[in-house]
Amino acid sequence: MSYVLIIGAKSDIAKEVARVYAKNGYNLYLASRESESLADLKQDIEIRSGVEVKLVEFDITAFDTHEEFYTSLSERPLGVIVVAGFMCEQKVAQKDWSKTLQTINVNYTGALSILNIVANDFEKERRGFIVGVSSVAGDRGRKANYIYGSAKAGFSAYLSGLRNRLYESGVSVLSVKPGFVNTKMTESLDLPQNLTAQPQEVAEDIFNAQQRGRNILYTKTIWMFIMLVIKHIPESIFKKMSI
Amino acid sequence: MSLLSWGMFPNIQNKIFALRDDKSLSSYIKETDEFIPYGNGRSYGDSALNDNLLYAKPYNNFLSFDEDKGILEAQVGVLLSEILEAFVSRGWFLKVTPGTKLITLGGAIASDVHGKNHHVEGCFSECVEEFTIMGVDGDIKSCKKGDELFLATCGGMGLTGVILRAKISLKKINSKNINQTTIKTKNLKETFEAFEAHKEKPYSVAWIDCLAKDEDIGKCLLMVGDFADDGNLEYKSKKKLTIPFNFPSFALNTLSVKAFNYLYYAKAKDGISKQKVDIDTFFYPLDAIGDWNKIYGRGGFTQYQFILPKEQSYEGLKEILTKISASGKGSFLAVLKLYGKENKNYLSFPLEGYSLALDFKIESGLFELLDTLDEVVLKYGGRIYLTKDVRVSKETFEKGYPQIEKFRAFRKEHKMDKKLNSLQSKRVQI
Repeated sequence: MSYVLIIGAKSDIAKEVARVYAKNGYNLYLASRESESLADLKQDIEIRSGVEVKLVEFDITAFDTHEEFYTSLSERPLGVIVVAGFMCEQKVAQKDWSKTLQTINVNYTGALSILNIVANDFEKERRGFIVGVSSVAGDRGRKANYIYGSAKAGFSAYLSGLRNRLYESGVSVLSVKPGFVNTKMTESLDLPQNLTAQPQEVAEDIFNAQQRGRNILYTKTIWMFIMLVIKHIPESIFKKMSI
Repeated sequence: MSLLSWGMFPNIQNKIFALRDDKSLSSYIKETDEFIPYGNGRSYGDSALNDNLLYAKPYNNFLSFDEDKGILEAQVGVLLSEILEAFVSRGWFLKVTPGTKLITLGGAIASDVHGKNHHVEGCFSECVEEFTIMGVDGDIKSCKKGDELFLATCGGMGLTGVILRAKISLKKINSKNINQTTIKTKNLKETFEAFEAHKEKPYSVAWIDCLAKDEDIGKCLLMVGDFADDGNLEYKSKKKLTIPFNFPSFALNTLSVKAFNYLYYAKAKDGISKQKVDIDTFFYPLDAIGDWNKIYGRGGFTQYQFILPKEQSYEGLKEILTKISASGKGSFLAVLKLYGKENKNYLSFPLEGYSLALDFKIESGLFELLDTLDEVVLKYGGRIYLTKDVRVSKETFEKGYPQIEKFRAFRKEHKMDKKLNSLQSKRVQI
């Protein structure tokens, strides 16, 4: 069975995405820094699903290693899912350039660096799928989260263009825009329960959307409507708001 | 974010800490005055509620599986549904499963849950080979069948430490299907006779029409079954319907309850019918409807589940069903079940006899009604199921559980009585 490569495999969403793809018979490459710390997850997935799981060392911000990383994979993956993300508090990021830079490098530059390589390969082979986990935060910059949001906005625009380019070659590209998700990253936040998805839910949604060849996925669905409203608030009003 | 129990009552604010590893758990225990572990929020009342909740669901790795013996070791946040997804297709099933698969392994142990086969296989603890548990001192102990810690922890409502990992044995199956026989009965006497007549069937449960009056009281659909032998193990969890919002409370009036009961009753037209149904339909019919608890409206609901010793069951059930029917407080579903021998665990609910479970919307006058039902339960030597309960008094609870003082002494001796508490444990003082 084919391999799926998951970039940024340590996050709660990635862990569930991995389990869902394994449950549906895909072998996995789990790529992250200190990938040996994922040994428990590898074991978990192998017991659950009997697929093969390979842990591979990968640093999304070490751009110049990406080419070698990809070509050294023993089997070319059928799909690549970029889940890697970094979010630090807006107030910290706006004062600390290194945090801003890390936000951009993980969420945007690094994602592009690896996906450029993948896209060239998939286009040549005329097969494969790409999934990029962006965020609703990229749909409009807000004072509460615009550094992270702008990196995700860039990533969303990239995925949109990539989808357009690869359409001809039959390679599908799915942009995922989760709203609130109940993860380590959001544990300390007081999130409204109706709007907050469980990572398992997000993972199932991603799998189903990817298998159906969909383009853009908001999860939960209600975020599509919320963002539709937020995107259409006139800037003259929006700039005075606190949301 | 606050977590609710399945009954959505009481609605209290709480602080959540996610269980992810032993180390952070041990500092959490040291730093927190009082807390209770919380799994997937399927217990109905306040047994897993308090100001501080230890959210165990993220702690959910499978650790090992012995293909020959069918023994699975997993962390306690694993849902039973995940075990089925992994193993049904390989010919394994849970030895004991309750009527929902959406509970955690830890919750199954803490409630010592039971299922349609209690009269044959007993409680969940029967399939628990061993587990590891962190005490309030932060020490991790491993615990086997026969240890006092095992007797106190299985059914111990999470009050004896934080269960971390458990080894459970699965049972071999050769199909994902169940050959089900549905028997329609006219009254309680026929219902009891039907249970006795089908006692050798490994799985049985009856749906009682709680609104039936007079000579119809106790009329039911009894469903019995066993796994088929057709070699079809292709199993995938069904996609579920969801109830996206709380129903306005007027949706659950007597009429809708009658309609619901009628639908079930109309199913077996001529007394006995046979069906082949799959695991999800047979064991977990309500899981097919996502958050079905929302159907009771924002105010929430509770489930009243009691058990009576066998010799007293007929009289007692008749008395209670008469009271419920007269109260007009419609119960959406009422489940009657025959149980086998009681186990030795300090607080496990089952004893040899019949148990009835009914849902009630929370409304004024309800708790008074339930108090009068308690009196009947006690009169006939029965007990109340803590996992469903949100209101039972200390006195009623104690009378039903003769081993309660052993449990209390155990908690005290190991200094758990201050640190580990739920709203329920404080109410009934365990």
